[in-house]
Amino acid sequence: MAPISYYLVLAIIMFFIGILGVLIRRNALIVFMSLELMFNAANLVFVAFSRQYQALNGQISVFFVMTVAAAEVAIGLALMVTIFRTKHSIDVDQMNNLKG
Amino acid sequence: MFLSEIFSDPAFSLVPWVVFFPLAGIILNLIFSRRWEEKLTALTACLAAGGSFVISLLLMLALTHHPEGATITLLEWINTGSLQINWAFRVDTLSVTMMLVVSGVGTLIHIYAAGYMHYDVRINGDPSRYSRFFIFFNLFILAMMLLVSADNYLMLFVGWEGVGLCSYLLIGFWFEKGADGIANARAAKKAFLVNRIGDVGLLIALFLMFWNFGSLQFDTVFARAPEVAAATPAVLLAMTLFMLLGVAGKSAQLPLYVWLPDAMAGPTPVSALIHAATMVTAGVYLVARSHTLYSLVPAAQTTVVWLGALTALFAATIAVAQNDIKKVLAYSTISQLGFMVAAVGMGAFTAGLFHLTTHAFFKALLFLAAGSVILGMEDVRKLDETNLSDSFHHSHVDPQDMTLMGGLRRKMPVTFWVYLMGALALAGIAPLAGFFSKDEILAAASQNGLLVFLVLLAAAFLTAFYMGRQLWLVFFGKPRSENAENARENTALIVLPLILLAGLTVLGGLLNFPGSLALEGWLEHTLGKGINGEFNSMVAGISLIVSITGLVTAWFVYSRYSGEIKKLDPLEDMFGAVFIGARNKWYVDELYHAIIVRPLEGLSQQLAQPVDQGLIDGIAVGFGSLTKAIAQSWRSIENGFVRSYALALLLGIVLIFSYLVIR
Amino acid sequence: MPTVNDFLLILPEVVLLIWALLILLIDLWIPDTKKYYTAVLSAAGLVISAGCAFALLGRTGSAFSNMVVLDGFSSVLSILFLLSGLAAVALAYDYLKRNAAQRGEYYTLLLFSIAGMMLMASANDLIMVFLSLELLSIPLYILAGFFRPRLASEEAALKYFLLGAFSSAILLFGIAWIYGSTGHTDFPGIVASIDGGRANYLLLLIGAGLLLVGFGFKIGVFPFHMWVPDTYQGSPSSIGAFMTVATKAAGFAALLRVFLVLFPAEAPIMAGILWGLSAASMIFGNTVAIAQMNMKRLLAYSSIANAGYILMAFVPYGNPVIAQEAVSSALFYLLAYALTSFGAWAVMIALEPAESDGLLLQDFSGLGRKYPWLGAALLISMLSFIGVPLTMGFWGKFYLFKTAVDGSQIPLVLIGLLTSLVSAYYYLRIVMFAYFKPGEPQIQPGRWASVVAVICAAGIFVLSFIPTPVFQFAAQMIMGMK
Repeated sequence: MAPISYYLVLAIIMFFIGILGVLIRRNALIVFMSLELMFNAANLVFVAFSRQYQALNGQISVFFVMTVAAAEVAIGLALMVTIFRTKHSIDVDQMNNLKG
Repeated sequence: MFLSEIFSDPAFSLVPWVVFFPLAGIILNLIFSRRWEEKLTALTACLAAGGSFVISLLLMLALTHHPEGATITLLEWINTGSLQINWAFRVDTLSVTMMLVVSGVGTLIHIYAAGYMHYDVRINGDPSRYSRFFIFFNLFILAMMLLVSADNYLMLFVGWEGVGLCSYLLIGFWFEKGADGIANARAAKKAFLVNRIGDVGLLIALFLMFWNFGSLQFDTVFARAPEVAAATPAVLLAMTLFMLLGVAGKSAQLPLYVWLPDAMAGPTPVSALIHAATMVTAGVYLVARSHTLYSLVPAAQTTVVWLGALTALFAATIAVAQNDIKKVLAYSTISQLGFMVAAVGMGAFTAGLFHLTTHAFFKALLFLAAGSVILGMEDVRKLDETNLSDSFHHSHVDPQDMTLMGGLRRKMPVTFWVYLMGALALAGIAPLAGFFSKDEILAAASQNGLLVFLVLLAAAFLTAFYMGRQLWLVFFGKPRSENAENARENTALIVLPLILLAGLTVLGGLLNFPGSLALEGWLEHTLGKGINGEFNSMVAGISLIVSITGLVTAWFVYSRYSGEIKKLDPLEDMFGAVFIGARNKWYVDELYHAIIVRPLEGLSQQLAQPVDQGLIDGIAVGFGSLTKAIAQSWRSIENGFVRSYALALLLGIVLIFSYLVIR
Repeated sequence: MPTVNDFLLILPEVVLLIWALLILLIDLWIPDTKKYYTAVLSAAGLVISAGCAFALLGRTGSAFSNMVVLDGFSSVLSILFLLSGLAAVALAYDYLKRNAAQRGEYYTLLLFSIAGMMLMASANDLIMVFLSLELLSIPLYILAGFFRPRLASEEAALKYFLLGAFSSAILLFGIAWIYGSTGHTDFPGIVASIDGGRANYLLLLIGAGLLLVGFGFKIGVFPFHMWVPDTYQGSPSSIGAFMTVATKAAGFAALLRVFLVLFPAEAPIMAGILWGLSAASMIFGNTVAIAQMNMKRLLAYSSIANAGYILMAFVPYGNPVIAQEAVSSALFYLLAYALTSFGAWAVMIALEPAESDGLLLQDFSGLGRKYPWLGAALLISMLSFIGVPLTMGFWGKFYLFKTAVDGSQIPLVLIGLLTSLVSAYYYLRIVMFAYFKPGEPQIQPGRWASVVAVICAAGIFVLSFIPTPVFQFAAQMIMGMK
């Protein structure tokens, strides 16, 4: 059985990949996927520790998080569809009329 | 204090309503008066003032059973560190006496104003200000009630400033009128500024008080006063003298009296209520309320006495030479306030408050009657006939100039009779109210010192003289102008309060009638045993003789006055330069202008150009534009890109974690 | 198993959620011309829920195996949220009609969001914190973009959504590490684990830092504030007003409770971070607001600065006595801020024409003369924002500063005072436009915004005279908080 540190390091790597994706990608969909990656990094931490402590509460938390993430996906995609209808693009860098 | 709150009369808890009634009046008129007719507006305001009066009466009845009074805490106000101040009302014989005077006379004047302002707003061509007047008037009652019912000096100060504000607003009620279209505004400004000097004095006194006593609550302050007086008498002296400066401002004493004559620019009900009967007596009330402090510092007491006595004489000399009917009354008010201040300074608190009360009756009466005379001279019937406020141009004759009146006795009989009552009371003719109250002050003065007594006696003589002069010029002889010829008696709404006030003027002496001394026993619960102005038949005789002499002299001098326009005043023939000096108010305004206003303006000019506009503005503008420049440059951080926003967030995280690592 | 008692303790939330679902259904049968009924219905739901909250005022307890607690802190905040919701409904009705966006889901979503806020104030478990945060945020993402297909609104929604999800992920990551450190997500469990010395200190600290970022995003403190101006400007104004007050309050509710309960021992370290966030927010918010000519953006920057003020009192939270004081001051300030902010927004909404991204300051010219009541409301709000002595805003700042002084944070208080001075510049400039510049502003049809403005101004005016009882009420309410 792999030691817990492996899982944690993996989670941290996932989290930072997610952050990088948010920072450098211009396509809103990809940005959104990166966000999901960050959520899942957190999930991985939960699950890893849950196994470590031999307790179920961490795993249950993961279910909650997945549900919320699903709800966010629904909202996010709907938002992108409306934006695409108006602008015919979901490039986040073009959304900078509000500033200053 | 808290025990008495539990066991005292339940009626005491009504006391906040003396403030709430006027407040309700203000709110109702603010919201609805645009849609209401004049009558409804006036009715609301009168009911609001009347409500306060009814509450005051109930409080008085309750006090007869529980003369020790009570303190009703409405709300906690400020509670930080050692400063603890509540919205608390104090019910005791002193405050309730003041409440009765303020709301009683106030209600009568409200009723009078309902009629008077109807004409006044039309004469001045802006009927829409009718409701504004009553809002200000109710606001005044509210502030005055706060002042007299406060349980601590800060709440008193709120009322003090409130009445000052109302005074300012009402003096400048016709702010665009007056000589050059600015005289009224200027009068209002003068009143405000001069009062401000006094207010600063009061404020300093309050700071000193909080610094030394650690409280502004009356009982706490008075309880600690003796030890402070023993330890640092100079502090108490400074405190009382600074407070006296406030008194001099609000109660128009030397050297700050100059605003009150100009304040007559306000409509006549304002002069009657604020600048004769109530607000100007706030200073007297303040000294009486703080009597514990004053009685600990004899030097301050002496100052108060002399301030009052000299003001009484000084203002009376000016009153003798004035031709404006309201100006005479204004200087008379200053003079009478001098009597009261002198009385409370001597420790004759009852005499002072007795005179305050009777003076409120007869001076309000005189002002209102003078207003009636002025309306008569304005010839308001023309107004009713045309009923068009725009087309009404009032005559160029100054309706307040006494040299143009004469013979009004037959034209306006009711006004004449009530005016006569008021004038005789003011002159101090027995058995009218003024006789008893002034006599008590003179009796106390005779115990205090011969010089003070003589000064006050001289003032009393002059009082009788100028009232005799005024009576003669206004009501006797022949009419000296067309307006006087056409004068006619006013409507019932105006005359009715006059008759009621005349009744009070006649009967007011019973309040503290020699022998029963009801007021004295009543006030003793609050003020303790002061110097009681026991009825002294010797003093009374002297003062009565002096008064009658004054009236008779006036009659001798002015019965020969034919009143042709441009003819010299008979006194001017006799005294020449002295009279001219008195007529010009001894050039005090000019003096103040020369030694205070002009140098100050010069200094301001000097400071304004190089110092303020150069240096200080430079710093301020420099700082301002620097901040603006920074703001503009920081704005660019918000560049509109989501990615850079996320980057900022990430940088925040990095900063936080680097801090955690460094720690 | 959950019992009836559990549901009773969160009765206001339950009522609100059921009501929101019912409105969603009923709205289907309400024709577009009569959306008035939806607004009235949702207002009724808010009032009923507030009634339940009032009935529960003073009761304490925990429900659903310690997932949520009821105490004075949560009750007071719940009422604040509900009243804010009421204001948001009142502000929205005419405004939405004017913008041809009178759709029923506005009210349903608003109610959901408020329920999330209320749960957030009473959450007693980190997962519950996360869930309620999402419950409050997700409807707001939609509401921010409610004026679709207007580009500004969509942009506001997208920015809010992406950054909001980003910060949620960070918050969740923090929760995960705290779970890793202690083996628990419920507050009592975490506290027991820390007290028992079983917790991993390093992981706990990482978790606390990440949590702070998540909450900092919701309350909009520098440097997590970037979304605030853009989102407020692009969103419907009624939602902007609501977010300024309620979202901020909800963020503070969670921040205060989590840090007070879970991390009192870490206070010396956290104090430094909070200090920096507070100072930076006050300086940045107040400075950049000067450069704003758009009222919505100006209010947004002002809200950033105000978050800094509230955080100031919380810096020395390690001392239990100061912590009590800080929470009462924060509650008091939130109340003052709610009235003041809604007052200012309401005046703007009353004047804001359709299809606009907020008024420019010049548009207020002549307001005082033409509409004295509205002008007075604006004046009172601005004076209260500045903290002119004896206004509600003054007392709010006074209590905050006093707490900070008691916690010997003198430099921070000095920063607060100086930045307040700077803030007077831009608040007074609005007053200057309203009273000293000639102009012809035009009130838009519908009077609800004006009514809200006047009520808020009257509230500020009245409460200005009785700060102490209000403060003591707040202090008394948080006595039961752990």
